[in-house]
Amino acid sequence: MLEFWTADLWPLIVIVAQSLMLLVILLVSIAYVLLADRKIWAAVQLRRGPNVVGPWGLLQSFADLLKFVFKEPVIPSGSNKGVFLLAPLVTCTLALGAWAVIPVNAGWMIADLNVGVLYIFAISSLMVYGIIMAGWASNSKYAFLSAVRSAAQMVSYEVSIGFVIITVLLCAGSLKLSAIVEAQNHGLATMIGLPWLSFLNWYWLPLLPMFVVFYVSALAETNRPPFDLVEAESELVAGFMVEYGSSPYMMFMLGEYVAIATMCAMGTILFLGGWLPPIAVAPFTWVPGVIWFVLKALFMFFLFAMAKAVVPRYRYDQLMRLGWKVFLPISLAMVVIVAAVLQFGGLAPKG
Amino acid sequence: MILPATLLPAVFFYLFAGMCVACAFMVIAGKNPVHSVLYLILAFVNASGLFVLMGAEFLAMILIVVYVGAVAVLFLFVVMMLDVDFTELRQGVLQYLPIGIVVGVIFFFELVAVVGAWVIAPGMPQAISSPTPTTITNTEALGRVLYTQYVYYFQAAGLVLLVAMIGAIVLTLRHKPNVKRQNISDQVARTKETAMEVRQVRPGQGI
Repeated sequence: MLEFWTADLWPLIVIVAQSLMLLVILLVSIAYVLLADRKIWAAVQLRRGPNVVGPWGLLQSFADLLKFVFKEPVIPSGSNKGVFLLAPLVTCTLALGAWAVIPVNAGWMIADLNVGVLYIFAISSLMVYGIIMAGWASNSKYAFLSAVRSAAQMVSYEVSIGFVIITVLLCAGSLKLSAIVEAQNHGLATMIGLPWLSFLNWYWLPLLPMFVVFYVSALAETNRPPFDLVEAESELVAGFMVEYGSSPYMMFMLGEYVAIATMCAMGTILFLGGWLPPIAVAPFTWVPGVIWFVLKALFMFFLFAMAKAVVPRYRYDQLMRLGWKVFLPISLAMVVIVAAVLQFGGLAPKG
Repeated sequence: MILPATLLPAVFFYLFAGMCVACAFMVIAGKNPVHSVLYLILAFVNASGLFVLMGAEFLAMILIVVYVGAVAVLFLFVVMMLDVDFTELRQGVLQYLPIGIVVGVIFFFELVAVVGAWVIAPGMPQAISSPTPTTITNTEALGRVLYTQYVYYFQAAGLVLLVAMIGAIVLTLRHKPNVKRQNISDQVARTKETAMEVRQVRPGQGI
């Protein structure tokens, strides 16, 4: 019995407790990320944004939550009820599930999988199901059209994200997220003999084209503007979630924002050195790694929010052209170039 | 009450295996074809859970990325777009039952043969497969055999896929003469000389 306790039950309790803590922190952060998104958007357009609920509008997201929860959910009579209700759950659960492997500091993750990058990639490729199921189950042609175009968009941009991940893996020599961050301790800065300039070590500089491809593909993958053709209110009433209201709609929105946060965290880990300090000298190295991680992720999110405020929406054929005819050849060529440089420059990680 | 120390993996094994079989059954028993495909996806996910339990985490993730993330999406699309009356299709199901039973029985005996060989000759797995090293991750282990021992097969598989891809593109590529397409390089290459023309317009005459 004692053996059962130490080997099975105790780890299970620890994992459940950790997961709950992560969920609470994540969801509260998402509430403020959502507010930040609206505030940045408003600031660019010289508006005030939400400023009524709480001081500076800080409680706006919680007011929205209460509003969504207390509304009556409407299920269309022609819909496929099971799938209709399953779709928002799938979106939300998958988006939250990705955070199980994200290391916010050295050793601060629920599971340090050997294939952490692939796990996140797999989860983001599953996110398309929430959209297709919602579009089909709504039994509405607008929702279905929107779901079809969105699914094609997500599948297309996954290809280039896959190649971006492969170039980073070639440099880091591991699929483990924590190992990828640790690998960014050495790089250009240590090569030119200035190890304290550690922000030059990170992969954003040597892999700059891939960082750009990743950023744009992440926008497309999470259906953010300028690629929000899913929602395109000017042509398809409100996208695949047109039949949804109250809590199911909130779950879609939550899933979308969690997916955005995941992409920001991915960008931070793959290109911005995760929890490593930008300058490796005394006052900066005293700051806990988790603070650096959050700052970098927020920087990534700021880029996402600015794209939403600044760039007009793409047309669908332009979106497909960008994905297949621009990003795919660039990223494919970069995989070959990076592999060749690593191999013949003698820089390949020993494995 | 004595509980074995490795209870959790066993619990998860039966969970995944049971769900997998149940979902596979629902794929053929489901009335709505879209539900069938969704059950198929669930079966894939459970199968990848089984891979994780066996310690083959790379295969598990690839199964999800390739089959669930790409192949099953296409299945789902096709099934959603097709307007087939599946109740009508289902009417002749008893007719095909004997063939189904024969295929099932052959498949069952082949599985018994595979598993039986394993049990009868314990040296078999070592004889047919490279031993799994314990010091490196299974992604690295796979890479080491795939790019050394099996590199020609790997390349051949890649060539087959390339041919299939080109074939699919050739079959679906059509040049319609009356469709206007945006050609970005043409647009970018436009200069003042090619885009503009200055004419002297006489009053009251037009061009």
